[in-house]
Amino acid sequence: MGIAHEHELHQRRRGRNIGVGLTLAAFIAIVFGLTIVKIGSGDFGAANAPEQGQVQNGN
Amino acid sequence: MSDLTTNPAAQAARASEYDAQFGDYFALLKPRVMTLVVFTAFVGLLAAPVPVHPFIGFCAILFIAVGGGASGALNMWWDADIDAVMKRTAKRPIPSGRVQPGEALAIGLALSGFSCVFLALATNALAGGLLAFTIFFYVVVYTMWLKRSTPQNIVIGGAAGAFPPMIGWAAATGSVSVEAVLMFCLTFMWTPPHFWALALFMRSDYDDAKVPMLTVTHGRRSTRKHILVYTILLAALAIGTGFTSVGGPIYLAVALVLNVLFLKGAWDIFRRDETMSEADNFKTEKSFFKLSLLYLFAHFGAILVEAGLARFGIDLLGAF
Repeated sequence: MGIAHEHELHQRRRGRNIGVGLTLAAFIAIVFGLTIVKIGSGDFGAANAPEQGQVQNGN
Repeated sequence: MSDLTTNPAAQAARASEYDAQFGDYFALLKPRVMTLVVFTAFVGLLAAPVPVHPFIGFCAILFIAVGGGASGALNMWWDADIDAVMKRTAKRPIPSGRVQPGEALAIGLALSGFSCVFLALATNALAGGLLAFTIFFYVVVYTMWLKRSTPQNIVIGGAAGAFPPMIGWAAATGSVSVEAVLMFCLTFMWTPPHFWALALFMRSDYDDAKVPMLTVTHGRRSTRKHILVYTILLAALAIGTGFTSVGGPIYLAVALVLNVLFLKGAWDIFRRDETMSEADNFKTEKSFFKLSLLYLFAHFGAILVEAGLARFGIDLLGAF
């Protein structure tokens, strides 16, 4: 059952809740963006290097 | 620590009257101080000779700003008692009862950890470590130790505000070079005259709060002398920086004009006594304080312009 009556407390804290929500959304966007940029710029290349070497040795 | 933290009845009464809004928590981060942190870190990042991906650069500045804000929240938590006494700070979130001290402590600690870890992940460990050291220096060395124990609080504590351009530089290059140190020194030397001018015209605040500012411990005449001496040293440093790799003709022109004005302001303050200052309600001291804000922004702005010109291969001296 949903909340039929909005408590006065919810009204008073609406601004704060919206602010926290937007902050969390921004945090998600930043982590996602950093991941895309880091992968795109090859910052994780060093971790892949041994695998490539292994493939070459295997051939 | 304040009796705000030791008087539960007063806290409960305040808490029942008011629910903190998001803006109250944001005010804990000292947004006005944050603008200085953001701008100088931005200049440090862009003046560095290594290009940074725009999104990484944006994140680096954001995390440095959050780290600076976190240290501001921890400062407000510790200094709530003296903030409540001083007119300038009495309306801050904790002394005004809008935010509880424990909340400020929690926010400060959480954001400190978050900002340092994420700066290190987004850029490099040196930048993250420098940010952690800056927060430690501002909160523990300046706020908890120096501020209430020595009139040199502003001089040594000024280092905390001087680190952001160095962190920006480190975020871009992964190292700290002489240019980063020069930008650090510029802010470091600028801080004492800036705050001592403020202490001259906010005259009763520091007395009331028993903060051992130079005006309280050594007198106002001595403070005026100190402002002049530090301004002379600052001018030599600021103009000298113009002949290094972060300087150039635009920086030199800006530095020459502003340092002449700043030196004149310091000289005027030195020549005045309390009777003269009270007669015009500290007009010269207030003008000097306002000029000091423009001074720092203009110097770093000029470094930014020089970096932009160098990035696009424009040599103004070569054009003549």
